[in-house]
Amino acid sequence: MPEITEWRDRIWRYRLIGTKCKSCGSTYYPPRNGKCFRCGGETEEVELPRRGKLLSYTIVYQAPTLYKHSSPYIVGYIELSNGTRLFAMLTDIEPGEVRVGMELEATLRRLYTYGDSGHIVYGVKFRPVVE
Amino acid sequence: MKAKNKVGIYGYGAYIPRYIIENSSIAQVWGKLSTPIKSKTFPSYDEDSLTIAYEACRIAIESSGAPKDRVGAIYVGSESKPYAVKPSGTVLIDALGLSRRTLSADFEFACKAGTEAIQAISGLVSSGMIDFGIAVGTDTSQGRPGDELEYTAAAGGAAVIISRASEGVLAEIEASTSYVSDTPDFWRRSGEKYPRHLYRFTGEPAYFHHITTSVKMFFEEYGFSPKDFTYAIFHQPNSKFPQRVARMLGFTIDQIKPGLLSPIIGNTYSGATLVGLAATLDVAKPGDRILLASFGSGAGSDTFSFLVTDLIEERRAKPPLRAFLERVVTKDYSTYVRYRGKLML
Repeated sequence: MPEITEWRDRIWRYRLIGTKCKSCGSTYYPPRNGKCFRCGGETEEVELPRRGKLLSYTIVYQAPTLYKHSSPYIVGYIELSNGTRLFAMLTDIEPGEVRVGMELEATLRRLYTYGDSGHIVYGVKFRPVVE
Repeated sequence: MKAKNKVGIYGYGAYIPRYIIENSSIAQVWGKLSTPIKSKTFPSYDEDSLTIAYEACRIAIESSGAPKDRVGAIYVGSESKPYAVKPSGTVLIDALGLSRRTLSADFEFACKAGTEAIQAISGLVSSGMIDFGIAVGTDTSQGRPGDELEYTAAAGGAAVIISRASEGVLAEIEASTSYVSDTPDFWRRSGEKYPRHLYRFTGEPAYFHHITTSVKMFFEEYGFSPKDFTYAIFHQPNSKFPQRVARMLGFTIDQIKPGLLSPIIGNTYSGATLVGLAATLDVAKPGDRILLASFGSGAGSDTFSFLVTDLIEERRAKPPLRAFLERVVTKDYSTYVRYRGKLML
C-alpha cells in the first residue's frame, strides 16, 4: 500500500527535516541516509530553516494523477537561509505572480489524497512570506 | 468557573486563508438582492481545518517561545475535521514537533468548540495534570449552494497556549461561565455534507438567548459590568448579530471594533471568537480587560474575562492577523466552487 510508504516519510515531509554532513557541513533535503554525497562523511538529521528565496521555478499544467486537482501548480527550486537547496511546490501564489528571488516560507498543506482509502498526505509547501 | 490555580494565555496565533469571495458574487449566481456581509474567506484547494490549525499553532509557539516538550494536550475544536475518525492533533503533534507524551482529541460544539477546548485545557493546567496545553478553534465551514449559510460560512482559525499564571502569561483568565440548552437551531447529521438550520430558531432562541444569558450569569457571579472591559468579542456569524448583542448587553461598538472581523472574513465557526480574540490581543495594552462570549449552535455559550499583562508586548503574534488580512485576493464564484470541491467530476 502506498499509504505505508507515505507514513514512513511523514516527519521530513511535515517539518523540513534534512541531513547535515558532520565533516563538510553540506545539508540535504530530502534527507540522505548514509554518507555525504560530497565528501563521504557521516550525516545526521537536522531541522532546516523555514525561510528561503526562489532560485527558479516551473509551472506544471500536465499533472500526474495524484496532483490533478492542483493543476496548474508551481514547483520551485528554493535556497533556504542556511544555503540548503531543495525542490518544493509553491502555494498561495498564482502563476502570474511568481518571481525569481522572491522570499518564501514553509507551510503545511495537503499534497494529495488516495482515492480508494481517502488517506490524506500532508507535506511542506512554500508560500510568499507573510509578516 | 474559576480555576483553582490561576491560568492564562501564554501565547496565541491566528490564520485566515488568502482567498475571499464577495457576497455580491454569490448573490449574482443565486439571484439574491441583499447579503449579510461584504465578503468571506474560503480555503485554497490544499487547505483544510488541520492546515489552518497548524498555521495558528505554529505562530503561537514561535511567537511565545512556549516549550514544545512541556505541551501536555492539544485539543482541536472544529466542525469540519478532515477525518471523521482520526484526531487532527495526531498530525499536528508530529508536524509541529510536539512531545508525543500528550493528550489529543477533536472537540465539537458547532461554533464554540474552540472555547470548549479552552475550558478543558484550563482545567488540566490548573489541576497540575499538564504544564502547557493548546486549544484550537478552526474551520473550513460548509454552506449548501444557494443556502443562506453559503454567504457567511468561511475559513480560519486561532490557537491559544494555556499555562499556569506562574509561568508568565500574556493574559490571565480571570473567570468563565458556560451555559447550554437543547435548542435545535442548526445541525449536521453524520454523513451529511452540509448543515441544516431551522430559520426561526437562529436569532432570539439561539444566538441572543444563549450569549445574553451566559454573559449576564457571568456578571452576576463575578461582579463585572460592561464598563470594566476595554474590549469585547462576541461570536460573529454575520455583521449584525455581534453588534446587536453588544448593545443589548450595554457594550459600545468601540469595545467590539478590534475583534469584529465577520464583515470581511465571514463566519469562521469554531475559529470565530478566537480569531476575534487574536485580533484584539494584537492591539491590547497591559491592564486591558477583554470579555469573550462564544456561541455554538445546539446550543451554548462560554463567557471569559481575560486580563492582559505586561508580557503582551513581547509575546504578540508574529505575524499579526492584520498581515494575513492585507494579503487577501478576491476570487469569483467559479474559483470558489472549484477550491471548495463543489464540482463533482
